[in-house]
Amino acid sequence: MILSIQDVVKTYAEHIALDHVSVDVPKGHIFGLLGPNGAGKTSLIRIITQITAPDSGRVLFDGAPLSERHVNDIGYLPEERGLYKKMKVGEQLMYLAQLKGMSRAEAQSKLKDWFIRLDIKDWWNKPVDDLSKGMQQKTQFIATVVHEPALLILDEPFSGFDPINANMLKDEILAIRDRGTTILFSTHRMESVEELCDGIALINHANVVLTGEKKEVQNRFKKNEFEVSFVGELPGETSSFDLLGMESSQDNRRKARIKLHEKVRINEALGELIQHVDVYAFQEIIPSFNDIFIEVVSQKNKKK
Amino acid sequence: MNKILLIIQREYVTRVQKKSFWIASLLAPFLITAIYAIPIWLALRDKEVKRVEVLDQSAMFEAKDFTDREIQYQLITGDLETYKKTFAKQGFSALVVVKKNILEDPRAVQIFSEKNVSLPLKSSIEGIVQNKIRAVLMEKAGISEKVYADTQVDISGETITVSEQGKETSSSSGGAMILAGVMGFILYLTLLLYGSQVMNGVIEEKSSRIIEVIISSVKPYQLMLGKILGVGLVGLTQFLLWIVLTIGLSRVTSALYQPEVKKEVRSIKDKKVQEAVKEVDKSDISPMEEVSKVLASTNIPLVIGCFMFYFFFGYLLYSSLFAAIGSAVESSTEAQQFTFIVMIPIIISFLMAQYTLQDPDSSVAIWASMIPFTSPINMMVRLPYGVPTGELIGSMILLVLGFLACSWVSARIYRVGILMYGKKVSFKELSKWIFYKG
Repeated sequence: MILSIQDVVKTYAEHIALDHVSVDVPKGHIFGLLGPNGAGKTSLIRIITQITAPDSGRVLFDGAPLSERHVNDIGYLPEERGLYKKMKVGEQLMYLAQLKGMSRAEAQSKLKDWFIRLDIKDWWNKPVDDLSKGMQQKTQFIATVVHEPALLILDEPFSGFDPINANMLKDEILAIRDRGTTILFSTHRMESVEELCDGIALINHANVVLTGEKKEVQNRFKKNEFEVSFVGELPGETSSFDLLGMESSQDNRRKARIKLHEKVRINEALGELIQHVDVYAFQEIIPSFNDIFIEVVSQKNKKK
Repeated sequence: MNKILLIIQREYVTRVQKKSFWIASLLAPFLITAIYAIPIWLALRDKEVKRVEVLDQSAMFEAKDFTDREIQYQLITGDLETYKKTFAKQGFSALVVVKKNILEDPRAVQIFSEKNVSLPLKSSIEGIVQNKIRAVLMEKAGISEKVYADTQVDISGETITVSEQGKETSSSSGGAMILAGVMGFILYLTLLLYGSQVMNGVIEEKSSRIIEVIISSVKPYQLMLGKILGVGLVGLTQFLLWIVLTIGLSRVTSALYQPEVKKEVRSIKDKKVQEAVKEVDKSDISPMEEVSKVLASTNIPLVIGCFMFYFFFGYLLYSSLFAAIGSAVESSTEAQQFTFIVMIPIIISFLMAQYTLQDPDSSVAIWASMIPFTSPINMMVRLPYGVPTGELIGSMILLVLGFLACSWVSARIYRVGILMYGKKVSFKELSKWIFYKG
């Protein structure tokens, strides 16, 4: 575990932001921190980045209690981006890199590499003011990763990127993960969670309501539902499954969603299907994170 | 520690690189030099001799009565009306008429000219006529000119300060007042100027949202301290430039003028006039000379040292409060409702400085120069008059303690404020932040 958050409580004057939160982030993973607005994600990130301190509970970084020396091992891209507008891109990145403990020479050579890699060599002497929003986002991303942190925290990294740059960013994130960096990735965009994350924690109303490996979490939410592609006439009710829905199509091949009855094995259901129709495809429906998110959050909110 | 140095460096370099910094640093010394160099230059340049006709209807004046360095008088006789028409055409700048009844009516002198009569010309004519009339009247009363001259005394008191050790220093209270006033005013301006620069810097970081990136690398108090020290060093640099450039420029200009001024004095052939000029110089000491006299009698390293000290710590105290305000708001306009609370003590100390200037040893002045909020301006105002060492050291210690207390309060407001968005903040709210934990 690179990061182990144990029983953390944070209260602000009026409300509880984190109520006994525990999350473990394994090393080398892309870990999604999910949750609706105001759930407590930013409060948790601010505790990890040591911008604020928890009221109680503790945070271990690589096994040791989080302390000031870890600041240089963490890179943080806040949701609300910002740079010094009047400063030149190169100067600014040099400054931010040195604040993360890099030497001048080291910062310079690493930054040069990034400028070449992202093909932005001629930006070095431009004031940030002259850059487009997308260009500023790129600059800020470099500032976040240049000191090669062990833990990278990205808060909604894709907001403000066009599809081409978003793709480039995604590739960079994966490349950074492959070099051994752990990435804590806070987002609302569930499709990027499915694409990138190895594990997730879902926070709602100051509590962790769901956490685990991506596959494992999805398995937990499987409802024993399958999609069948077939030709023929499917009966509305059988002994092994219920028909949930049917998709009509132009040709005679059709798609149906079925839900197996409890304790029915797949082969039994398939056997029954074959008796009625010609099966072209049979596939388990894996719940999307979008569905999981909505299900968990709306359920919890109903309880409240 | 290293990170604070980086922050100081950034704050310093980005500000010193700005054009406005250099414009202010260069312009002020040139202006100060120009203020006294231009009048001298004009005086030296304006050598055109004015010619004036004098129609003496009283028949009391002789040609030798009308002598002046810059004005050439010509006594004439004849009809006033014809001269009135012709004097301008003949190149005279004025026509003076002294009427017959001059002894009875002091207003029986008329000056005709095409343009307005210049003040020096008017006073030259009045002086000449007045002297002559006085001489005539004294003669009538039987007082000789010598007796009159002997009774003309000009008393000029010399002020001397005696220190506790009995050391006497000749001082000039007029000059001390000018020096004190100037230093107090500069402090007043710079405290406001650099304090609000710190505030705007904080607002810039908060509104551009870079703050969150920075404070994930450094502690909020490090950022605040680095910014305050960086801007403070910019202020000290500017003072240094002002002092060096002003001294340098005035050396250069006085070196340029020196030969011309000497030549001017030599060209005055009439010895009597020369003596008279000397006499005038002795009695009318100009303010500039007063200041230089004070400068000669005061301990300049002490004054400059104290000035730097009081500027720096006064600045630190106020700018930490300005930083706290900057952290609590999201724009300069929003900051205005809070800045007055910091500006009030600065303005009050400037107002108190007016009393201190009049009576530097009154109890008001002593209190004002001890309380940390008012001491920077008021102690600098008292300093040229001489301040007991104990009071000076006490005031300095109090100022440093005051700074530490203010920066503690400010840092606690700051660390909460910089992350607070979209919320209108009240004073009550601010005071709550001081006691927030973590």
